[in-house]
Amino acid sequence: MRKVFITLCLFLVAGTGLAQAESIAELEFALNNLALLFFAVLVALMQPGFALLEAGLHNAKNVVNIFMKNIADFAVAGLAFWAVGFSIMYGAPLFLSGYTADAFPGQADFFFQLVFAATAATIVSGAIGGRMKFTAYLIFSFVMTGFIYPFLGAWQWGGGWLSELGFADFAGSSIVHAVGGFAALGAVLAIGPRLGRYTGGRINAMPGHNMVLAGLGMFLLWLGWFGFNPGSQLAFGTAADATAVADIFINTNLAASAGGLAAMFLSWMLFKKPDFSMTINGVLAGLVSITAGCDVIVGGSAVITGLIGGLIVVGSVLMFDRLRIDDPVGAISVHGICGVWGTLAVGIFGGASLGTQLIGTLSYSAAAFVAGYVIFLILKLTVGIRVTPEEEITGLDIAEHGIEGYAPEDALRNPVVLSSGAGD
Amino acid sequence: MKLITAVIRPGKLPQVKEALFKAGVRGITISRVSGHGGQGGIVEQYRGSQFVVEFHEKVQLSIAVSEPFVDKTLEAIVSAARTGEIGDGKIFVQPLDQVVRIRTGEKDNEALTPVGT
Repeated sequence: MRKVFITLCLFLVAGTGLAQAESIAELEFALNNLALLFFAVLVALMQPGFALLEAGLHNAKNVVNIFMKNIADFAVAGLAFWAVGFSIMYGAPLFLSGYTADAFPGQADFFFQLVFAATAATIVSGAIGGRMKFTAYLIFSFVMTGFIYPFLGAWQWGGGWLSELGFADFAGSSIVHAVGGFAALGAVLAIGPRLGRYTGGRINAMPGHNMVLAGLGMFLLWLGWFGFNPGSQLAFGTAADATAVADIFINTNLAASAGGLAAMFLSWMLFKKPDFSMTINGVLAGLVSITAGCDVIVGGSAVITGLIGGLIVVGSVLMFDRLRIDDPVGAISVHGICGVWGTLAVGIFGGASLGTQLIGTLSYSAAAFVAGYVIFLILKLTVGIRVTPEEEITGLDIAEHGIEGYAPEDALRNPVVLSSGAGD
Repeated sequence: MKLITAVIRPGKLPQVKEALFKAGVRGITISRVSGHGGQGGIVEQYRGSQFVVEFHEKVQLSIAVSEPFVDKTLEAIVSAARTGEIGDGKIFVQPLDQVVRIRTGEKDNEALTPVGT
């Protein structure tokens, strides 16, 4: 009798233990899901960040077009990456049908990757602002999020040849930022500078119209990056993972601060006053620079990584102007050049092989540049990529979308009709 | 002395300013105005309806000049601001009674002589 009783008790205890283990596993699953989706939403907040930053740094007559491009590329990504991009990148089924991951729901996995794809695509919109046909940009967004970004991303995150080489790019300095930045370079070379930008043999300033929007946009990007980097841990349910994620917050912020201040002081020295848009570019350069190694580059090394990014971006912006390459927001410098630096930094401070980092980042940069340039060349010969000079001078808001971003006085726009004429 | 008021396209302002400086005219006041002469309105669209904005953005320059400079000024503005399309603008010349430079109290022709000449 006692033996039966003891055996029953043992079974009960084992059963409860099993149930406990199951519910802990389920809790971890739920926690991973919540964290991943939360971080994904932070990354999605980078979309209004990009839109505001670009709008602020462009002419007032193009704000509607800037926002249209940013809205459209996020929406196009939402469909193209869902339909085919995610499948190309990770070997998942097309249209996400029946996809599952193990540590969290497949949908969360997809959504997190989607906002990354959208980030890479939207980098291009700033560099070609003020002169590109909306149709051309729409088509490019589709190709970028459906095919280019996924194909290149698969090299590393999809288990491809770079991951086998031991390439390190934790959150995507190369995969997202250099790819976006160098595709932008291809686009800019295909489309040419804005009218009047380099006429008379000079570099003619075309200042942005609203520094408040630009600053606000930068802050959204800075804060959104706290989803971009920590979220890439892709595991949040254990103490070790939680600590790693918290570390990534710190490393990310150190680089952002150092990058912003480095660019600020450098611009102060060069131009006698701390330059607002250079400082903005510096913060973003710092963030891009730490993105590849935000899990392994810590403390002082994170500061130096960001600092160097901030110095590089100032030099790069000035260099591209000297080369007569018109990038109104510095996207190629912030994302392309600093994306390369950030990747190499993992080889210097993060214990990766510098040679492998170089191979990886050069491959990404070159491939993205060629893809961007070729696509826009094809579009140039088919639908055309540039608006007419008249449209460019009138402004893309009226020319492409039929409405101004900033309304003139209401009286000028809506004449009050006091009587409609005969027979009321 | 005359007060010359010119309404021109905003995009032509840099060229007009250059032409005026070359002609020796440096004192210019600018306002942003909206105007309508012969140009048609711009058709815009909003949520299924269209509307017309009749008044186009223009820039208005106010320039006070002494008699010898009147013709030079008109020529400078016309040659720099003309595109040949409707909407190039107009220039109005009015007689001017007195001019005072606030900083020094100089009057009339002395007040109109640019600083440093």
